[in-house]
Amino acid sequence: MSDDIFQGYKGDALATLKKFSVRVWGQAEIHTTRGTFDGTVLPRSENDDDQHIVLKIQTGYNIGIDIVTIKKMVETGYQKANYKIPEKTFPYSDDKPNVKLFGTGGTIASRLDYRTGAVIPAFSPGELYGAVPELADICNIDTEKLFAVFSENMGPDQYKILAESIGKEIANGTDGIVIGHGTDTLHHTAAALSFMVQDSPIPIILVGSQRSSDRPSSDAALNLIHASYAAGHGDIAETLVCMFGPTSDEYGFLHRGTRVRKMHSSYRSTFRTIGDTPAATVTRKGLKIIKTEYKHRRNDKTVKIIPTFNEKVTMLYYYPHMQADIVDSLVDAGYKGIVIVGTGLGHVNRELYPALERARDKGVSVFMTLQTIWGYAHMFVYDTGRDMMALGVTPLGNMLPEVAWVKLGWALGQTDDPKKIKEIMLTPINDDITEREPYNGYLVYQGGVPEVEGFVRKFRK
Amino acid sequence: MKQAEALKNYKATRKAIGYVERQKAKPSDYKRIGFKSGLEVHQQLKTKSKLFCRCPAGIYHSDDDFDAEVIRHMRPTLSELGEYDGTALMEFKTRKNITYRLNNQNACTYEVDDTPPFHIDPEALEIAIEISLLSKLNIVGEVHITRKQYLDGSIPTGFQRTAILGVEGELQLKNKKVRLIQLSIEEDSCREISDIGHERIYKTDRLGMPLIETVTHPDMTTPDELAEAAEYIRFLNRSTGKVRTGMGAGREDVNVSCAGGSRVEIKGVAHNKWIPELSHNEAFRQWALLHIKKLIHERGIQLNKWKMSHKEIDFSMPELLATPLREKLNQRMKVVAINLPKLKGILSHFMQPGHNFAHEISHRLKVIACIERPNMTHSESFDPLLSDDDLGKISKWLGAKKNDAQIIFWGPAEDIPTALETVEERIRMAFEGVPEETRKSFPDGTTIFERVLPGSDRMYPDTDSAPIPLTVEFIDSLGKQLPPDIADRYAQMKKWGIPEDTWKYLLSKNMIPLIENICTDHGYTHKFIGSFLGHTFKNIEGRCDLHKNFFYEKIYELFRYIKEKKLEPGIAKYMMPVIYEFPDMQFSSVLTSIHFRKRDMAEIAAPIEFLYEKYQENTPKPETGDDINWLMGQIHHQAIGNVEMADLRQKIEMIVK
Repeated sequence: MSDDIFQGYKGDALATLKKFSVRVWGQAEIHTTRGTFDGTVLPRSENDDDQHIVLKIQTGYNIGIDIVTIKKMVETGYQKANYKIPEKTFPYSDDKPNVKLFGTGGTIASRLDYRTGAVIPAFSPGELYGAVPELADICNIDTEKLFAVFSENMGPDQYKILAESIGKEIANGTDGIVIGHGTDTLHHTAAALSFMVQDSPIPIILVGSQRSSDRPSSDAALNLIHASYAAGHGDIAETLVCMFGPTSDEYGFLHRGTRVRKMHSSYRSTFRTIGDTPAATVTRKGLKIIKTEYKHRRNDKTVKIIPTFNEKVTMLYYYPHMQADIVDSLVDAGYKGIVIVGTGLGHVNRELYPALERARDKGVSVFMTLQTIWGYAHMFVYDTGRDMMALGVTPLGNMLPEVAWVKLGWALGQTDDPKKIKEIMLTPINDDITEREPYNGYLVYQGGVPEVEGFVRKFRK
Repeated sequence: MKQAEALKNYKATRKAIGYVERQKAKPSDYKRIGFKSGLEVHQQLKTKSKLFCRCPAGIYHSDDDFDAEVIRHMRPTLSELGEYDGTALMEFKTRKNITYRLNNQNACTYEVDDTPPFHIDPEALEIAIEISLLSKLNIVGEVHITRKQYLDGSIPTGFQRTAILGVEGELQLKNKKVRLIQLSIEEDSCREISDIGHERIYKTDRLGMPLIETVTHPDMTTPDELAEAAEYIRFLNRSTGKVRTGMGAGREDVNVSCAGGSRVEIKGVAHNKWIPELSHNEAFRQWALLHIKKLIHERGIQLNKWKMSHKEIDFSMPELLATPLREKLNQRMKVVAINLPKLKGILSHFMQPGHNFAHEISHRLKVIACIERPNMTHSESFDPLLSDDDLGKISKWLGAKKNDAQIIFWGPAEDIPTALETVEERIRMAFEGVPEETRKSFPDGTTIFERVLPGSDRMYPDTDSAPIPLTVEFIDSLGKQLPPDIADRYAQMKKWGIPEDTWKYLLSKNMIPLIENICTDHGYTHKFIGSFLGHTFKNIEGRCDLHKNFFYEKIYELFRYIKEKKLEPGIAKYMMPVIYEFPDMQFSSVLTSIHFRKRDMAEIAAPIEFLYEKYQENTPKPETGDDINWLMGQIHHQAIGNVEMADLRQKIEMIVK
């Protein structure tokens, strides 16, 4: 018997299955001190203990049997389930824009194996059409699975491949690009593509979902519909993140790739534009532009692809009484760029000064961003700020910490010269630093206040 | 078909299938149609928190008392075989906007699926396992949270988190054993506020409250057995004292079929007393549908060759526009006439009391195509919207033949395609017999279509929760605190001599532990306390206003007081109503309020001789015993709480003699 027929079982549970010659997917009758149980033996999740056997009973439910209670097991049949997703031909039509969908993995591109609960990434046009037939009313979709990784495993290598793939598609004359992506680092990738793909003639829309598509109330379908619309028909030829506006199934936001951040671990409306308004809202009927200044769609096929990244770049989240050896060890480890996420207007404690000086002298570029997320680094306000600038720490205005990390890696990929790096960092590319913060760029209302409660009650969140 | 003819056909078909009223039905009638039924009994547990979040359980609010609204749509998801579940497709066709109303007091981000589940509430799990043990189920070794899809929107995630705790148990009814399939713990669903057209509104107060579901095998062969089983499970649940009672806390789904029929689930029956009538009518409804199938086959109609035709009636056909139809067009609706070849006599075929086959179609139009009723009329209506003459014109225009039937329906333009599909689908189902579906119940014993019965495809593991092991030690410790079996309770009450007419009441209120406590601690007989609770207290409950501070412990305290003060226990009957309405009053004040004064037998008996003389003066020809009864009537009030009535009577008899 190969191990595959005991999928996921280990230790005592595996020994029990072997002892009674019962396989995974075997129909089994299990006699225990708690009575008899009938059902199909299911694979066990790798992380669960070795004291139970999982059974799918006739009514469709799963239960676990404690092996300590098992007196006897008999395999009465065997039927292995093969989980397959049906492919339906996507109905293409000439009068619809062509959209290229890149799959990277993550929740939007997964389906559940109903028997085991395992999440299976899947993304062909046929599968998409089967699940979200409305897409065919919006555009023609062609898909390409670039990677199948969860959001947290996306990184510089993937950014570069994505940028190059986008370049190729633009050259092929596609009308819009959609990138399916896990949500955890969606905004890192959005920032990376904002820098690596410049002056695109077409929209590049990153989309994810907070609830996987195997759930009936998933946001995946609607997000995909919105993203496809924005990519195929929208006029904003920028790198944008398309996710739920409110938690309700109402409209999506298009966020600039350089100003967006995931702000809640599980809400559907987790992505917010920070320090500005979103670029637009989108429904299946169309886009409503919010920011009137944007890069318009063009007919040409020219684009600048700058797929560079130096991995020796890090982010340092400051806390009170941080010790200098932290910075020293980063410098000693060969890091070329450090983004500090400082307090208030952009500060760290005095104890770090010698280390910062040492870093500067070793040619390490150090930049300042903010833990407050909103607002500008103002290092002129207090002496400490001025002292730090003298030590070579450059404030990055209202650039978001994650965006700064991405941009610094990208800049270091192009040059080693700290002066040039500083110049690249301080030259905004599509609003990574904005000149002004509008009053409605910071709206974090607090509950309990009558007028806020009134607003929430009237307008869906 | 003319109106009178339609009614005649309804009656004739009712007779043809051998429908009998529930009151007149005999066991042989149920045997004849092969009545078979099982139960799914839902019971809310009395916990502080909801099942998968830490919101308080049991705090309800009115429809308009909400802090925010969230809107969601439900999409069907592919099953592992790559197919959509039947219910899923139906719900998707309905294209509902589902609005959830949230109140910060009792709902958090979990309820609207914006936060993953927290660890299962341990209190709920313990109660549910206790009830599983009482139900003699085989307890699982590990609890696996499973998702069960519901696309009607009643749960914002689109699925219910549920888990099996035990399988294969049994209950001992009076004359038979009923087998249990399983018991699960699950989260309760939203309460519907309204469902009009494409807008459905729910409130989330009840959502997520812990609930158990006990499922029986379809072992019940008469409606009475079904009611008995429902009652038994309810008593068993309540015997723990850890479940909720009151409106909506216990609800049954009743699965019914007849021989050759299908499993039809009558959902959410709130009162056990409705079960017999509902199941009776459902079994006969299926029997009627099988009769329709037979009629269709006898007419030689074949499923693959049969085709309905339809035409839209608009302003260009004024001759067809009877006033009611013109009104629909004026309301910007579309009006469609359908011809159903060779189906004359089917639409008016008996289904349930007051319902014919056309009702099946009309209710599906409401649920699936979202067209509010009245949404149609037809050529065999007993209550016709159109005159025989108007119908005749339409049927002629449709090119109908003599043996055809016609339906005329109306609705918003965007719902017409779904409506047409719905009509055709339902009629084609009649060729095959009884469609599997869930039905909504009404107090009059009838049911209407609610949704297509979901398949087993809708179960899948919850990837958000880890399995919970149930150790032998844990199960054993819970097993030690179990109350006795309900069957044993019946035997106990019989042995104690408690009158049989009180048994159901005592079990349903879980009063037997109270009886035991009072009798053990204060020395009264079970028979006396049982009768007191089952007759006297029940009566008080029915006529007095309950105070919020009244709990059963007060009854225990009352008897302790009576014992301590050496009062005659008959006084309880007079004190109880006062305590029920004013539970905070001291017992001594209660006595004052009923004008009680402590007297001994000598004092009470003192006026007997004088009264007896009066009686003899005024009653020349007394009948035997009248004198004693009269004397009792005169003085028994002073005796209440002081001496036993039997002793007083003896005293009177002695004096009179």
